Amino acid sequence: MRFERREHPVAAITIGAPVLAVTVSLLLAGGLIALAGAPVLAAYASIFTSAFGSKLALTETLTRAIPLMFTGLAAAVAFRAKVWNIGAEGQLYMGALAVAATGLWITAPPVVTIPVLIMVGALAGMVLLIIPVFMRVRFGVDEVVTTLLLNFIVLLFVSLAIEGFLRDPLAFGWPQSVPIPDEGRLPKLVDRSRLHLGLVIAVGFAVMVYLIQRFTVFGLQSRAAGESPTGAAFAGVPITRTLLGVACLSGGLAGVAGAVEAMGVKGFVSTDLSPGFGYSGIVVAMLANLNPIGVIFAALFVAAVFVGADGMSRSMEVPTFIADVTVSLALLTMLIALFFAAYRVRW
Amino acid sequence: MTDLIDILFTTGLWSSALRIATPLIFATLGALLCERAGVLNLGIEGIMTFGAMIGWLAVFMGADLWTGVIVAALCGAAFGLLHSGLAVVLGLSQHVAGLGITLFASSLSYYIFRLAVPVQGTPPTVEPFQPWPVPFLSDLPLIGPTLFSQTPLTYLALVLALAMAYILNRTPIGLAIRITGENPHAAEAQGLNPIAIRIGAVVTGSALMAMGGAYLTLAAFNSFFPTMVQGRGWVCIALVVFAMWRPGRALLGAILFALFDAYQLRLQTNFGKAVPYQLFLMLPYVLSIVALVVMSRKAKVPRALMKPYRRGERG
Repeated sequence: MRFERREHPVAAITIGAPVLAVTVSLLLAGGLIALAGAPVLAAYASIFTSAFGSKLALTETLTRAIPLMFTGLAAAVAFRAKVWNIGAEGQLYMGALAVAATGLWITAPPVVTIPVLIMVGALAGMVLLIIPVFMRVRFGVDEVVTTLLLNFIVLLFVSLAIEGFLRDPLAFGWPQSVPIPDEGRLPKLVDRSRLHLGLVIAVGFAVMVYLIQRFTVFGLQSRAAGESPTGAAFAGVPITRTLLGVACLSGGLAGVAGAVEAMGVKGFVSTDLSPGFGYSGIVVAMLANLNPIGVIFAALFVAAVFVGADGMSRSMEVPTFIADVTVSLALLTMLIALFFAAYRVRW
Repeated sequence: MTDLIDILFTTGLWSSALRIATPLIFATLGALLCERAGVLNLGIEGIMTFGAMIGWLAVFMGADLWTGVIVAALCGAAFGLLHSGLAVVLGLSQHVAGLGITLFASSLSYYIFRLAVPVQGTPPTVEPFQPWPVPFLSDLPLIGPTLFSQTPLTYLALVLALAMAYILNRTPIGLAIRITGENPHAAEAQGLNPIAIRIGAVVTGSALMAMGGAYLTLAAFNSFFPTMVQGRGWVCIALVVFAMWRPGRALLGAILFALFDAYQLRLQTNFGKAVPYQLFLMLPYVLSIVALVVMSRKAKVPRALMKPYRRGERG
């Protein structure tokens, strides 16, 4: 048995791959639900209604999708250029922390405060990713390991900050940061829900990233640098500058994820701001096949699985970790489906 | 200041360094074996988590400790088989496949753990491995209480490091693994099967990773809790680079790292009031990054690392 690269990837499989991945992962998750002794079909129904069944459920799913869109975009732009940024989780926290710190001394109307805070968050994420990418181009250090290790360092730094210089003295000793001023809070999109302006910003960023990748020289260069660094260098692409540019874009997006989450949902920073949004962003990016517009829909799917499984596990005796299992299975299935879009099997 | 140096001469420091090093030795050797055959295994963090969970669960359900370790190793091997299916047989991106394995293995371990053990106030415990002093040798001064009064798993880890050095450098199997990692086309030309060799290396390496995880719940602690692996897997990937892909250096690197970790734990108890504890906890991760930067210039990376091999396709 051997695999033979197809002349052209089969469009039907490439487009169908996410659908296939979602279906297979839900079926396999059904097996695990059965293992827990819960009725599988009722569980599926419960996941669906918990994610989409009411106005509240729908707004919760959309709210949960916002940070996933940003981290998904962060992973997508990086992976496209073969910059393995696995540090979105850390960049997210850095962005949020920078927002909380800046909020301490900024006094301006929301029209100014909100864009400034988002930019500060982006900047913090950028700086955090430029370090490992610089170490890669300068010293040849694999950025996978460094970005992963930085996640742990940043989380400890956040914990240090919110117990120390950024501690909220009014939080009754609960470790959380000073609150973000009202002028920096994102307005709600729907009354009596948590859904905030971040959704519009996220979709806007997705379109912007799409336009950058599709119509700018930088977009072309970053894709070339990913597909064949030597070929790209030969064609005159400035590899180092391109990779650092990708780092700015990817780290910035992940930083905005943290800024928007802190400004839109919580209003402060704590060490449970993100239940692994950075890591789920990788799944989102892969399910979208690294397409920025696809990220919007992939983020909605992943958010729906998390919100739906939360609701389902409250009513049935199924651990809520079923959501993480489903999402990771979707990633693995997606990888396999994409492979068979590009290769045929010869016996 | 003399306190700082005095700590270095306490037997407690050295024996706890060996305890901290043991899971790192297992997992670093596992990662090293995969990488010498040309496969990066980023599933390590998840495989360690699963090994920690399933080994503990087996013992909690009534199996004896060694059966727990074997169950963990077998499950690790199964995840290794999954990773080699994706990264070796299909030749998918080793980065993404490995991360997928980590996400899958760790979420599956939390799920199974929650199914088996419903939420309680305090997590249930098992009776862990006890130190087993080697007769006569444990009576030696200094090295007796440190090196020869450990749990059997620590001795196993030390022996494994030496065995792996011997196998990789002095046996035909080792040579075959090294050729596959340097140039799978040359291996094929020699009549070897690079795909089979890579699968074998990844499966064995993943089993070792899971055993490292099992040490955490069956010897270092006596219960399982989510996120207990705490990035140890990623540290091990860094240690492989630090060790320049050589088992003997991996052993030294793991012990050096653990010594540093044990030292900062003691500093924390002495100076915990003056310096935030988070700074101490950051040190091991910072140290790993520094080690990567320092060593990567001299590193001799297996030349075919992260390059998928498909029969009939040019490299």
